Amino acid sequence: MQTTTPVNPALAPHTQHTHRKSAATQAKSILRSGVLHVLVAGGAIIMLVPFIWMVSTSLKQLDQVFTFPPQWLPNPFVWKNYSDALTIVPFGTWFFNSLRIAVLVTLGQLITCSLAGFTFARMRFPGREALFLVYIATLMIPAHVTIIPIFISMNSFGLVDTPWALILPGLTSAWGTFLFRQFYLSQPPELEDAAKIDGCSWFRIYSQISLPLAKPVLATLGIFTFLGSWNEFLGALIFLQSKDMKTITVGLLQFRAEYQGLGNWPVMMAGVVISTLPVLIAFIIGQKYYVQGIALSGIKG
Amino acid sequence: MALAQPKNIAQPPRSRSQAFFRSLRWHEAKWAYLFLLPNLVLFTAFTIYPVFASFFYSLNEWTIQTPMKFIGLDNYIALLSDKTFIKVLGNTFYYTAGVIPFQTALGLLIAVALNQKLRFNTVYRSVYFVPVVTSSIAVSMVWQWMYQPEWGVFNSLLKLVGIQGPNWLFSTTWSMPAVILLSIWKNVGYSVVLYLAALQSVPDSLYESAMIDGANSWQRFWKVTMPLISPTTFFIIVLSVIGSFQSFDQIYVLTQGGPARATSVIAHYLYQNGFQFFKMGYAAAIAYVMFAFLMVATIIQWYYRRRWVFGEE
Repeated sequence: MQTTTPVNPALAPHTQHTHRKSAATQAKSILRSGVLHVLVAGGAIIMLVPFIWMVSTSLKQLDQVFTFPPQWLPNPFVWKNYSDALTIVPFGTWFFNSLRIAVLVTLGQLITCSLAGFTFARMRFPGREALFLVYIATLMIPAHVTIIPIFISMNSFGLVDTPWALILPGLTSAWGTFLFRQFYLSQPPELEDAAKIDGCSWFRIYSQISLPLAKPVLATLGIFTFLGSWNEFLGALIFLQSKDMKTITVGLLQFRAEYQGLGNWPVMMAGVVISTLPVLIAFIIGQKYYVQGIALSGIKG
Repeated sequence: MALAQPKNIAQPPRSRSQAFFRSLRWHEAKWAYLFLLPNLVLFTAFTIYPVFASFFYSLNEWTIQTPMKFIGLDNYIALLSDKTFIKVLGNTFYYTAGVIPFQTALGLLIAVALNQKLRFNTVYRSVYFVPVVTSSIAVSMVWQWMYQPEWGVFNSLLKLVGIQGPNWLFSTTWSMPAVILLSIWKNVGYSVVLYLAALQSVPDSLYESAMIDGANSWQRFWKVTMPLISPTTFFIIVLSVIGSFQSFDQIYVLTQGGPARATSVIAHYLYQNGFQFFKMGYAAAIAYVMFAFLMVATIIQWYYRRRWVFGEE
């Protein structure tokens, strides 16, 4: 997965032996890598167009938006769109709401899933296999099956329109439990065994030996859960109704509802940029672990 | 167990169960249950219980205001003759069939290209992956603006080559392709990352021996790479089917299921029934039908997996 891994042998010999080969072969190989570069770069630009369009629109004057052909470079740069977006709707509150939910959910999953994963992998107790099978069996259940009863429960406990309706169901996940169990099973148990013989308590084995070993899994699950929670939509749409309770995803829709009639795309795009920034920052910081997590689930899957 | 024995000898137990409760094994089990407790309580409350409750709701006629009325399988029977539901189901298949081939093939193409170790490789990979991590609501709003009929990117570009583009999101013909295009763009990076990992796990020695046998790079790709990464292809298809069947966000933002239900998919119909009309029983039945389709799709794929996934006879 790392880009430092050896060159794909399908191409490597070409580059290694070019000096021995004829000029024609060399030209062919240069041509080939040139074509490849153009393809990959072209694809990347296509992927970026929506983001460029978003940022470009967010900095335009309203009348500049409605021109043909479209201008990609705003002239002048209208930074006021951003301050407008921030003052028209309570973006700050929504930001905080999203952050609070995402942080608590992430912490909760890291604790409950690492504990349960450790237990399933390292401890013996009656019912272990059957119980784990139940966890696995639920991995495929779509959120839509569970959301109706969760809504009914939250409603009867008076938790609808509070962040708890999103936090409580997010505090654990079968997938996270599975991830930790698989990780511990792939590690040699010698260290834990030695600690056990020394009379170390189970909690100390978990907290001082196993958990520190699981740093990559903690990072992977952490970033997955954080981004997943930050981007969560269906639950937020159903549970959060009043303006001050909304998270950034449903807030954006509220923003659009208030703004779309005016056709003020620049201010709307400014709002979208503001809402995507934390995700981009989190992704850039944790990219390695995120990509690792996906590859991990893919290979084992 | 072995450690527990001396204790047992010193104090002979009256029964086997008593011996167990005094043993080290019980000590271990006690801690195990304690460690599992928080996870298990939440898991039961928010996964196990809802799965059963949902099924029970589906057997009732129930809006939140009125009391539950048990009607057996009537909700499911009603679904069979619900024309809207049939249409919505067809749309879901259309969407799934539109997304999966492109997402898989493009993902493979890009991954193979990136695997040649180009300069800026990491940058490219991140670029292809960024749409996966950004909020579907945010990107859908951007795409809504891109699909804008007069000033959006798509129709502006089409106008440059002299084509009058459609009113994408308000056309019964073009709204679904528009939603599909957005979904492919958003998810292709996921396939890229999975395929890259798979490509890098193919052992070099296989390529070397294929080259000694005189296979050209095209043959090496089809005869060595493709069979070896077939489990990943399988995994991507299964995941995409599961994801596509549940897709909701983009549709909710772009079209609200319209125009004339042209883009209304099963998850959207479920949301409307449950949380706009508050027909909880009916919505739960839709959820279970969705679940059943996912199960069947997965089982079929597992069955065919033996035929075309390399090394699984």
